[in-house]
Order: sequence, then C-alpha cells, then structure tokens
Amino acid sequence: MHGWIGKVLRVNLSTGKVSTEALDPAVARDYLGARGLGVKIMIDEVDPKVDPLSPDNKLVFVPGPLTGSYAPSAGRYTVVTKGALTGAIASANSGGVWGPELKFAGYDALICEGAAPKPVYLWIRNQTVELRDASHLWGKDVPETTDAIRAETDDDAKIACIGPAGENRVLFAAIMNDLHRAAGRSGTGAVMGSKNLKAVAVVGTGAVTCADPKTFERAVMKARDMIQKHPVGGTGLRLYGTNVLTNILNQVGGYPTKNFQDGHFPNADKIGGETLAATLLQRPKGCFACIISCGRVTKITNPKYAGEGEGPEYETAWGFGGDCYVDDLEAVTKANFFCNEFGMDTISMAATVACAMELYEKGLITREDTGGIALEFGNAEAMVEVTRLTGIGEGFGKKLAVGSYRLADSLGHPELSMTVKKQEIPAYDARAVQGIGLNYATANGGAAHVRGYTISPEVLGVPFKVDKDTIDGKPALVILFQNLTAALDSTGSCLFATFGIGADELAEMLSAVTGVAYTTADFMKCGDRIWNLERQFNLAAGLTTQDDTLPSRLLHEPIKTGNSQGMLSRLPEMLPVYYELRGWDADGIPTAAKLGELGLAA
Amino acid sequence: MAKMLMINADKCTGCRNCELACSMAHEGVFRPDATRVHVYTWEREGFSVPMMCQHCRDAPCITVCTPHALTRDPTSGWVDLDDAKCIGCKMCVQACPFGNAIWDAVTHTVLKCDYCGGDPSCAKFCPTHAIEWVDDLVATRTRKRAFSEKFKHAFSE
Repeated sequence: MHGWIGKVLRVNLSTGKVSTEALDPAVARDYLGARGLGVKIMIDEVDPKVDPLSPDNKLVFVPGPLTGSYAPSAGRYTVVTKGALTGAIASANSGGVWGPELKFAGYDALICEGAAPKPVYLWIRNQTVELRDASHLWGKDVPETTDAIRAETDDDAKIACIGPAGENRVLFAAIMNDLHRAAGRSGTGAVMGSKNLKAVAVVGTGAVTCADPKTFERAVMKARDMIQKHPVGGTGLRLYGTNVLTNILNQVGGYPTKNFQDGHFPNADKIGGETLAATLLQRPKGCFACIISCGRVTKITNPKYAGEGEGPEYETAWGFGGDCYVDDLEAVTKANFFCNEFGMDTISMAATVACAMELYEKGLITREDTGGIALEFGNAEAMVEVTRLTGIGEGFGKKLAVGSYRLADSLGHPELSMTVKKQEIPAYDARAVQGIGLNYATANGGAAHVRGYTISPEVLGVPFKVDKDTIDGKPALVILFQNLTAALDSTGSCLFATFGIGADELAEMLSAVTGVAYTTADFMKCGDRIWNLERQFNLAAGLTTQDDTLPSRLLHEPIKTGNSQGMLSRLPEMLPVYYELRGWDADGIPTAAKLGELGLAA
Repeated sequence: MAKMLMINADKCTGCRNCELACSMAHEGVFRPDATRVHVYTWEREGFSVPMMCQHCRDAPCITVCTPHALTRDPTSGWVDLDDAKCIGCKMCVQACPFGNAIWDAVTHTVLKCDYCGGDPSCAKFCPTHAIEWVDDLVATRTRKRAFSEKFKHAFSE
C-alpha cells in the first residue's frame, strides 16, 4: 500500500499481549484513516453502551494516509474512543510530530484495549514494542514525564502522555504530545488514565511511500501556493495565531462573555492575538509538514505567572479570558500552561471555571465551597488558581474535574452549563452566528467548532461570504462543512489547510499518495459515511434527538450588548431541515436508504 | 557566482518539510530518518535548527576518507560522495564536527547533502525561507544586514 503502511498495532493492556494485523484495503479506501478509521474500529470492536472509563472501552491512536508526507499541514493523528466527558463517540486530533513518528514506526493505527493492572507506558521502536512499568512516572506532569521517558528510552523519542489530570480521571483530561500539543476534547486523557497507560513513546525510522511522486509533488505545490497566498492561511495565522479571531468575533458581537450571559467584551483587545504578538510571543511554530505555523511559542517573565510554553490559541484566550471576564493576558497564558502541563482541555477547563463563576455569582457556590477563593468574574488570580487545583486534583479543583454540566447539575441548575452532550461550547456565540449553533447541536462528539467550522463563511467570508444572521441555507451549509471536515480529518490534514484549499485539492493529493483514485465526490462521500457511522455509534450508545440541542440560554436569552444585541439561536427551525437533508428521519435516525447509499447497511 | 545554502534558524518553525523533500528527492519515499538535512528542535524553547553538510573548505570528512569516496569537485568546490567507492567505515560520520555525515542504519549507507545537483529540494520546500539557496556573496551581505538591523533598533530607541 502507498500512503497507508498497511499495518495496525494492537496492545492488550490487561494481558500485555502485543500483536499486529493487516489493514484491510477496502476499509482504508472507505474510511481513509485518522478519525474515519478510528470510528470504524470503535464500531466494529466496542459496544457503544460501554462505560467510557471501563476496560471494555478502547483507545485508538490513528494517523491518516497523508500523515508523514509533505502534503501541506497534514501531519496530524486522531485519538478515537468513547468520550469520558460525553458518553458519545470522541475524536480529538493533534499536531506536533508524534503522529508521523507512529507511521514511520510502521503503523496506521494503534489500538489500546483492556486496562493495565498497574501503571505502564508503551515503548515502540519500529517493530520492537514493549510495555514498561510506569509506577515511578505516576503523578508526574507532562514535561517531567517526557523527560523521564526519554532518559529511559531515546533522547529523540516522541512522547504522547497524560499528566495528573488524566490519572485522576478529570473528565476533560487531554492526551498531550510533544509537550504542547493536545488531543484535547471529550476526555481522551481520562480514558487513557483509566487504562493505567501513562504514555506512548515512539521512535520510527521507516518510510511512508507515495504511489505517484511526480503527480503528488505537483498537487502539493499547487495546494501550498493556494494556502500561502491566502490572507488567513498564508499570513494571518503565522503573524497572530488563531487568537487573531478575538477582535474579529468581538466586533461582530459573537464573542461570548460571562458564561454566555453576553456576547461582547469591551477589553477583548487586551487578550487578542495582536497583543500577544507584541508581548509574550517568542516565535511562531509549525507542526510536522506545516506551512502555516499558527503555533505560539510564548514566555511570561512576570514572576507572578512566570513560565514558558505554547499558546494561547483563540479558544483558550476566550475561555480563560472573555468567558471568565478576565482581561489579563499573562494570567490567561499561565492557565494555558497549567492545562498543557497537567494535561487538560483548555476549552472545557475554562468554560467550567466560567460556569463556576456564574454559580458563585448566583450564590450557588460559596466562598466556603471554594476554600476561600473569591471566584468572581474578572478575578484573574482565582481563575488561574482553580485551574491549577483542577490539574493537581486538590481542593475546589476536585469539584471542577467533572466539567460544567455535572457541576451545575449537582447544584440543581444544569441550565447554567453551556454544553452540548455535556461538552463545553467553544468561543463563538450561537446566537450571533446561526450556522455554528446548528453545528454545535449536531456535532457527534458534543459541542465543537472544528466539526463544521461555518465561522469561515459566516464571519470570515472564506471561501465565500454568507449572512451570519440568516437561517436560510444553513442546514445545507453545515452538512457540507461537516462532511468535508470529516473527510479532511481522516486524511491527517489540518483544518487550517482549508484557509486556502478545499476538497478538490485534498482529493487530488490523497489520490496521488495512495494510488486510489478519489474524485471530489468520492472524497465528500467518505466524509458523509464517517459522519453517519459516528451518528450510529451515538444512537447505539443511547443518545437521541434530545441531545441535539443547545443550552436554553442560547435559545431564550438574547445577547445584551454589542453588534449582535437582541439575537437568539433559531436552532429549532433549522434542526428538522438538517435531519431531512442528512437523510435521517424525524428522530434523527439515518434511513435505510441513506445507509444503503453509504454502504453502511447492516 | 557560487551558491550556498543559507540557514536562518530564527525563521525555522520546525515543520521538517525540508526533511521530507530531501528524502523524497534522494530516496523516493518520505523517510525523515534518511535525509541529508535534519531539523533539530529544542522543544522547551520552541527553537529549531536545520542542519546539513556545509561543504567545508577544509573538510575533515575528506581528510579521513581512506578510499577517497569523499572528494572535492574542483569546479563547484562541493564535497562529493561517491557511493561506489564508500566502504561504510563511518569515519566521516565521526569526523564531521557538525554531525552532518549520516549513517543510515537501514540501508547501511552514508548520507550527505549533495545540493541536489544544484537545485536543493530543502530550500524549495521550506515555507519560511529558513533555508535559502543563494549566491554566496549575497548570503553574507544579507546576514550582515539582518544583524545590523538589530543594532539599529537597539541604538535608535
């Protein structure tokens, strides 16, 4: 096989048995890799009703067919599992260099099943695969773990690991790789922790082959050119990172503040990408094969928050910033560093703090509960401290470790949790931007912007401009973006490549690498198939149309200030149309005809 | 005019497109372990440095190469490696002060930058001009200008 290696590595953590098996070419063709191959493995091998933190759940690490090649910004891998936070299918992708290294070691996927009786880490050096004791690493944070494993294995080993948060089953714990990159959402780190798997260290010296190098080079050069000439993909993201969005979203009135009590933040510029570039930014950084370099290498010299690392991304700056009503960029960045070091999803962590701040504001959480911390909106020090406590599993942090839904629900106010499928909504207000709200409600892994990023057309005008306020055409737009993204994710490409290229270019590169001819329509159909397979997993897990909704606040409490004042999400009008266009019945269940069309019929 | 590969480490983002381009150009596959250019990344500081053969004027690798597999091309001035003459003794690997003569443990051969015969793939694929294929005269001037700019900023404040 070309593009794919043709081999899957399976590790049973309960028995310690390591085995390999061939990758079925038909499965590879239809599900590509990464997210698609991961969900296919999950649905074939795991009962969707399984407790996410039980040994019966599986944790699958999957690079894509473009991963390891020089397709622009296509060096990613996806972690697929049943989400600890959501109880739904989870697929969290991450950049850095770890994913390609797994492929160079000779694997299209790593399936971890069962649970180790005591802490272990997996050490992969090409064909040599070994489970090693990790008792001495338990409790160590991500940088400490990375250093220690390198000292025991290879200085150049690429490490994906969990920090204390994953060990402690913080429900939004992330898997971190290459120190700063996160397979962040839905609690992948908690699943890894439940398996007593501290880390996967990889050294790979093998090759990824290409079916048609000449055609591939031409396709890659064309795609690179399109991205580099694009104002966002070519310049904006390198100069200012994703945090360039802060001022843009605030300007349109779609920047949620105070746990979505409003949609505008007067001090947004103080925590935006332009300010970051002028203050804490050291240099931009790229993941493997990236030509965009949105990564932010940052350093805080102020002794109060001193540290160095990467970030914040837009979502993180928004979460610890505007959503908590904090305008201190150093505090925001420090909270980001804590999340990276302890291994937590910044979006869910930050939004859970914001929810706790509202509970505090309403008197539902008291200063006694927080251990003396004045958890008020705008209190930067409190925000940083509760983040740290959550990471190390102490004090009030233990209350936050379950995420905002379970926290607010335990106090009798689930409506104050800004979540879909128990996962925190990211940094775009669904009242101000109609399409993104429909995407949040229907995203299979719970609220996420990266499943159908309609912000591109609705706010940025990329690749075409759409009125953000209208609901006309939005269901079709959301489906288009969701299917495209499902296919793109499954190649190992970064979503940001779409700031320049689309399905045509991706299909072209994929065909040249793999030697399997994909038309644009074939490629999009892969996305549709993957989306529907994820949906089937969720339906079998017990999720229903009741879960395809938004917090009542976004449907009933208008934005108070800013340029989207008075707006509400019109989700109830869009959802039935979305179901119909998806080929689903009124209960959101794919029809037999739809499943037949996608080759998913039982 | 002679050309050289200019490395601007401050522009390197650590993406390793150069490694991929190099292995594809020489090996026909994507295999960063078998490249003539390597990017070394200091993860903590987020700093990356691309490294490849500097084609030294007084090259230790040529000095130690008993079978004369490594020689200097009198016209271009480049250090050339003749695979047919190489006996795999790895003395060049040990002699290179920069670690830029590479022993590939898989193919059991020495790998060394050959400037792709005059059109280096690494420079072509570098998205940030951290690696540039430039006239050697211009290269030094460019570096001087870039460095002097830092003085300008320091003293004009």
